[in-house]
Amino acid sequence: MPEALRLSGLVAGYRPDLPILRGIDLALEPGGMTAVVGPNGAGKSTLIKAIAGLVPISGGTVTRGGADITGLRPDRMAEHGMAYVPQTDNVFRGLTIRENLDLALRRAGRAAPERLARLQAMFPMLADKADIRGGALSGGQRQMLAVAMALATEPSLVMLDEPSAGLAPNITADVLAMARRLTEDGTTVLLVEQNVKQALALADRCIVLAEGRIEADGPATELREGTTLAEIFLGARRRVA
Amino acid sequence: MIGVISYLVFFATVASILAIAVLGLNLHWGYTGLFNGGVVAFFGAGAYGTLMLGGAPQPHLGGFEWPWIFALIGGVAAAAVLAWIVGLLTLRLRHDYLAIATFGVAVAFENTMRNAQGFAGGAQGIRGFERPFREFAGNGLGWNLLYLALVLVALVATYLFLERLARAPFGRLLRAIREDEEAARSLGKSPARIRLTSFVTGSAIMGLAGGLYGTFYAFVSPQDVLPILTFQIWAMLIVGGAGNNRGAVAGAFLIWGAWTASGWGLSRFAPVDWQLYAGSIQWVLIGSVIVGMLMWRPEGLFPERVGEDRPQTGRTT
Amino acid sequence: MIQHLIDGVLVGAIISLGAIGLTMVMHILRFANFSHAELLSVGAYAAFVLGPLIAGLSGALEAGIGPLSLSWAVALAVPLAMAITGATAVLLDRIVFQRVRAKGGELSMVFASFGVALVMRNVIGLIFGLSPHLYSRDIAFAQIISYDPLIMVKPDQVAVLVLALILMLALHLLLSRTTFGYSLRAVAENPDLAQVTGVDLKAAIRAVWLIGGALAAAAGVFYGLTNQIIPVMGRDLVLPIFAATIAGGIGSVYGAVLGGFLVGIAGNLALLVLPPGYTPSLPFVIIIAVLLLRPHGLFGEARA
Repeated sequence: MPEALRLSGLVAGYRPDLPILRGIDLALEPGGMTAVVGPNGAGKSTLIKAIAGLVPISGGTVTRGGADITGLRPDRMAEHGMAYVPQTDNVFRGLTIRENLDLALRRAGRAAPERLARLQAMFPMLADKADIRGGALSGGQRQMLAVAMALATEPSLVMLDEPSAGLAPNITADVLAMARRLTEDGTTVLLVEQNVKQALALADRCIVLAEGRIEADGPATELREGTTLAEIFLGARRRVA
Repeated sequence: MIGVISYLVFFATVASILAIAVLGLNLHWGYTGLFNGGVVAFFGAGAYGTLMLGGAPQPHLGGFEWPWIFALIGGVAAAAVLAWIVGLLTLRLRHDYLAIATFGVAVAFENTMRNAQGFAGGAQGIRGFERPFREFAGNGLGWNLLYLALVLVALVATYLFLERLARAPFGRLLRAIREDEEAARSLGKSPARIRLTSFVTGSAIMGLAGGLYGTFYAFVSPQDVLPILTFQIWAMLIVGGAGNNRGAVAGAFLIWGAWTASGWGLSRFAPVDWQLYAGSIQWVLIGSVIVGMLMWRPEGLFPERVGEDRPQTGRTT
Repeated sequence: MIQHLIDGVLVGAIISLGAIGLTMVMHILRFANFSHAELLSVGAYAAFVLGPLIAGLSGALEAGIGPLSLSWAVALAVPLAMAITGATAVLLDRIVFQRVRAKGGELSMVFASFGVALVMRNVIGLIFGLSPHLYSRDIAFAQIISYDPLIMVKPDQVAVLVLALILMLALHLLLSRTTFGYSLRAVAENPDLAQVTGVDLKAAIRAVWLIGGALAAAAGVFYGLTNQIIPVMGRDLVLPIFAATIAGGIGSVYGAVLGGFLVGIAGNLALLVLPPGYTPSLPFVIIIAVLLLRPHGLFGEARA
């Protein structure tokens, strides 16, 4: 079975002379949840954005299922069965829930009503509050809508950028659990998370990023017990200081 | 021969006066990243201010017969006050507000001067101004040469002032704000305040140019504050290269030369029934210069020497 | 008073149509486009050229519609003029603005838009002459609606107002009822997220230019119909249109509509107290008033 995603020597950043990612090699098997953790400024979000086509890639390749998708246009992600949920501004504040969903379902054609019904069954809030504007939602509701919008294209790879950012601690757990549930039907989930403990508890595999490079990579269980993580985080802190 | 010399003196005086205005615009656009769509309003405030304060009594407001240098300072102050009001209202907002408000102030300035008979002489403009130094320089070439020397002194002084400003802490602040507004703010600097200072200073320089212009002709009317002047001054800076003071001066002479030459050429060689359209042709030319330069050579014709600390052209974010 | 109000509503409708496209472009591309008002001239002159051509197809089309001075031929030319002007706007973006954007910043775009405006306005003047034109030599007589106070309305004015309102309603339905409309609103709010949600950003920007240009063309024809067609109409309308976008809040389509009416009505009511010569200054006064009272406009959001 081809890989869900392969990064080879990926170099990327907003400016070509200042790469944030400095040579990332990574292969994701289909299914399961992979968490990307690391200190602030390690390039976690940039990694996802580069895959999604929002950050220019200056070196290396991104392939998916054998196809080269380096520098893909963000609006073409769905054609490759991918979806991306940005960090905080991830729903349209000026559009109602229903309008947000309709927009996400725009390319679904005849399948749209059925998919909408499925998403509404998954998150009943989306049907109850259909006419509420995105800007009026609570943090947890906003994340549900954002995830639902990502699922509208029925992706097999979902990338989530710090879904717990800006959420109250008790809601963080719910949102991460929701991310975990996405893997139940075989969807591959790539999760960037600040909240290392909770991410490791849920993920199958964990990648530790520091200063644009992969510092550690392995089953989440191992990293949970080992000392690598603390070393990297402490090391990063020492370097900053 | 005398005719050629006196024409050259005349040309050099006007071009130098415009070069001062271009330097003022360079402080706005090249150094601070501010769009001034109404250069002519500040230029006009300087010209009208100088003539109203320094002129002989008239049926309209003004004619206070101030000594010339004080009248000129008053004109500069008028431009600065106008800039301060516009800047105060718009500089906190995103950059297009300043663009629109400055454009608007120029329209309103010309319109008011044209209509306010009792205030600024209306369409006839302001006359009855005694040129300074007439007692010992006379009225002819002698005066013109003296005045050219004076204008050149003002131009060099403005140039040196801006060059020093760029190297002074204030210049570094301007650069810091342009590059990273958030960082500058976190250092306790108020970007809006600093931008306002720069905007008022640049406008005062335009007012100085206007005051010198008004003095030179001893007359100013709404015809002198038409929008075309704003575009000419822009074209001078764009051709010279924003951020580059020497280029700005070179651009002023080049564009003013091209402008007068094209006007002369059109009036001389174009068929009579085309004369009516000479103005339109000149407008198309100046518009094309602005657009063409921005498309193909945004750094201007005279890029600065490598290694010099040169502000970027019109970048905001 | 009432007469001024009625005239103001009419002028306001024209300004609104111009301001809608401008506010969208300013919001999405983040630059004050000083060449937008010239699109009104493009539209007005396009209809001026196309009208007689269409009338050439059938003499019957030359007749005025009912009591209007507007002929069927010119009416049919309006949609064509809208298409031509929309295409012109897209082309200008492709040829000039995209290139300037790639080389410089937003500020360079503003300068470039001025240059574009100068070229457009004067090329139109060179082609069609500097003197005014009219769509029809028939004089449309004003109908007296009331003698005390004296209120007169030309049938053309009523038709223009109705057509302008229909266009605004159509745009409203497009934005609020279709997923294409949602995609435009999405791009205006958050271009990155819009792309991630599957919206083709370049296509959306093209659509915004197209719609903005088409509405500007309609405004230009309406202006020509109720005033006259002159090359400097863009120059005369650019400030009122900007005042409308600022009054409504940059980026708000509904704000632009309201702002347009506000500027039109205020401009006409001001004639009660000010000599007509000062009319060109009024939009500036409105801009200053809005910046003092409500800097982000009626519907605008604070945005750095």
